[in-house]
Amino acid sequence: MSIIESGNVAAALGVKLCRANVIAAYPITPQTPLTEKLSELVESGEMNAEYIPVESEHSALGVCIAASSTGARAFTATSANGLLYMHEQLHWAAGARLPIVMCVANRGVGAPWTVWNDQQDSLSQRDTGWIQLYAADHQEIINTVIKAYYVAEQTSIPVMVCYDGYILSHTHMPFEVPDQEKVDAFLPPFRPNYALDPSMPANLNTVTLPEPRNNIRGELAHGYMELRYLLHEGMIRAIEVVGEAEQRFNEIFSVSGTAYMDMYKCDDATYIAVAMGSLSLHLRVVADILRDEGIKLGIIGIKLYRPFPCGIVADALKDRDGIIVMEKAISYGYVGPLYSDICSCLYTQGLDGPSPGFPYVHNYILGLGGRTIRTIDLMDAIRPICTGKRIKDQPGWIGLKI
Amino acid sequence: MGSRECGQITSHSEPGPGDGGRTGSWRVLRPVIDLEACIPSRRKVAACFICWLYCPDGVITRTIPPSIDYEYCKGCGICAEECPTKAITMVEESKFALEEK
Amino acid sequence: MPSKPTILTLPEEELVHPGNRACSGCGLSIAYRIGLKALGKDTIVVVPPSCLTVLQGLYPVAATKMPSLNVTFASTAAAATGVLAALRSLGKQGITVAGWAGDGGTSDIGLQSLSGAAERGEDFIYICYDNEGYMNTGVQRSGTTPRGALTTNTPVFGKTQDKKNVPAIMSAHEIPYVATTCSAYPLDLYTKIEKAKAIRGTKYIHILAPCPPGWGYDPKYTVKVGKLAVETGMYDLYEIENREFRLTGASRKLLEKRKLVPVSEYLKMQDRFRGMKDADIEDVQRRINKRWGAYFEMFKE
Repeated sequence: MSIIESGNVAAALGVKLCRANVIAAYPITPQTPLTEKLSELVESGEMNAEYIPVESEHSALGVCIAASSTGARAFTATSANGLLYMHEQLHWAAGARLPIVMCVANRGVGAPWTVWNDQQDSLSQRDTGWIQLYAADHQEIINTVIKAYYVAEQTSIPVMVCYDGYILSHTHMPFEVPDQEKVDAFLPPFRPNYALDPSMPANLNTVTLPEPRNNIRGELAHGYMELRYLLHEGMIRAIEVVGEAEQRFNEIFSVSGTAYMDMYKCDDATYIAVAMGSLSLHLRVVADILRDEGIKLGIIGIKLYRPFPCGIVADALKDRDGIIVMEKAISYGYVGPLYSDICSCLYTQGLDGPSPGFPYVHNYILGLGGRTIRTIDLMDAIRPICTGKRIKDQPGWIGLKI
Repeated sequence: MGSRECGQITSHSEPGPGDGGRTGSWRVLRPVIDLEACIPSRRKVAACFICWLYCPDGVITRTIPPSIDYEYCKGCGICAEECPTKAITMVEESKFALEEK
Repeated sequence: MPSKPTILTLPEEELVHPGNRACSGCGLSIAYRIGLKALGKDTIVVVPPSCLTVLQGLYPVAATKMPSLNVTFASTAAAATGVLAALRSLGKQGITVAGWAGDGGTSDIGLQSLSGAAERGEDFIYICYDNEGYMNTGVQRSGTTPRGALTTNTPVFGKTQDKKNVPAIMSAHEIPYVATTCSAYPLDLYTKIEKAKAIRGTKYIHILAPCPPGWGYDPKYTVKVGKLAVETGMYDLYEIENREFRLTGASRKLLEKRKLVPVSEYLKMQDRFRGMKDADIEDVQRRINKRWGAYFEMFKE
């Protein structure tokens, strides 16, 4: 069924299709309409779930952590400072290997207050052990939510589904709502490794020592470091699982999506602009116009940010003349986070060290706190790079009026 | 051999005694029950058991006579302090160390 | 109503393994051991960082024979909410959910989530064991540390503020059951937890749990100190059931005797109060007299 609705509603319908058992949420713009919709679906009886209107985001994820530990499929959503308020719980959910799915309607963080879009919120949570997926339009939002539960439950790692606040969360666009039957075929019921149960008592997330220690049967159990290694190993394996989920999804729903990144006009491209979320679609317009000027620009929209599909990204970028990474986030005092990742992966994975084949990577920061991203500014920023110029001080800033 | 064989991916602990080791070794004083003075032991009926009630570590049995698990008794002395007939005395562990040698 | 428990009728089975890491003479150990007997085996326990985290064991060994979820410091009541929601959603019935937190995890960092859960009326028992400080981190002041107590971050003058009255805060949420008890009265503790189990909605139980190293007394006096806290009127045992306040157990007996033990006997037993001058002690006594004067007025019969 095709409908015209907001990105937030697309996310909510995805959660409903996944038959989430427990939803906990605290209002924050621009996520709120998503969980409002879920509360409506639950109250009206259209969705059979527990909706908990908690008193904070810290508690929202707290409820999900405990519900997931008890064997329920759990969901929450947030934005900006709400996500930051969850920070401790993000680490906890990942360390406890709980397959929670959370939507993040991306928004700039305070201070000063802003309600408008950038991606500083989720990118600053990069190292919490969550899988991060970025959706670029409404169809991707609903599909990604469904795939997210599959990936989370296959890997026992929580998944963040990120999409741009307002630009996607509040705009209405047509999208296809997958059939419930097919979703059920795609996503089997949640079978936890262990659920809290008086008939099988266990103490979860116990203090863990620096060194391995024997369990009650005399077998060697992990130390803290082994558990960290297993989370890392699980994240690396998740790259494969994300690919498998995509393939499965494509087969069951007869669609043709890509798992890790969307490539636009990259086959013959000498320059590639890389972005995440809706900006990657906006950049396609720029590619079309610049190609009329004879500039062979291709666009890559990264969909899987953590784990970072390094080899795949490096392969796509290594033989170009230049790369331009466009970001709505910054690591203050250095560069954009995606830029760091791409430089690092080109240096270490895609090539045998910094050879002449290593393309120059440029970095632009733009759109912070909802600053309008004008197509003409994107063109003016990208055009000189594609004619051999370099940004004087990395990162360059687009649209800065200082 | 490493820890992978345990098959776990989280800190998932199963119930068992002695997580803190043989906590009896913490003890400086050992509670010793004088069965002549102990109410249930003397009267041969289930009665009193205040030592059982208050023992923080659950190492005294509610039996006639009550017995103390010295492997884990930490020697706090609450049982001796609360015993209504003063049937429990706290004895220096060093005395037993000599005896047990 | 179950019949009044006695030493002989308490369940014999121990739900906490011996050889755990609690200190010798720990007031929490008494409370936890008896409390779990009251909660019964069909219970899921939620525990934030506290001495109980240590007592419960280090991976991969658990000292508790109950399913237990360790959660972040501020989220005990939220986590209990999550367990309940999952059980409802999965159609699992007959399981009691209990949060078991320390005084810091309750009166300070956990208060927001506790208040939220109580306002929502979550059907669980929240148990706060109050050893009047952050004992697990080395005896720092908490919201419930009493005035005058020396702690490692009130090392010179002692705490200069009053103990936060958490049961009163919980009572203001108009939950169906609020009770206070103490490790020195295991049967009272057992009775109140057992009673809470049978009530629907949010139940709050506050347990004064004397702490030998934190309070500075010989471990053998844990019960003595706890009893003195009650007999001096420093700490009252009561229930607030459907908004009705009632002194219970040993505090009820004090009401009948109309006579309190001088509070100096309680304070002088503990090293943490060594910095209190006579005038400070008199001040504490005056406050107790005032509160108990009101009780004597209220319950004249």
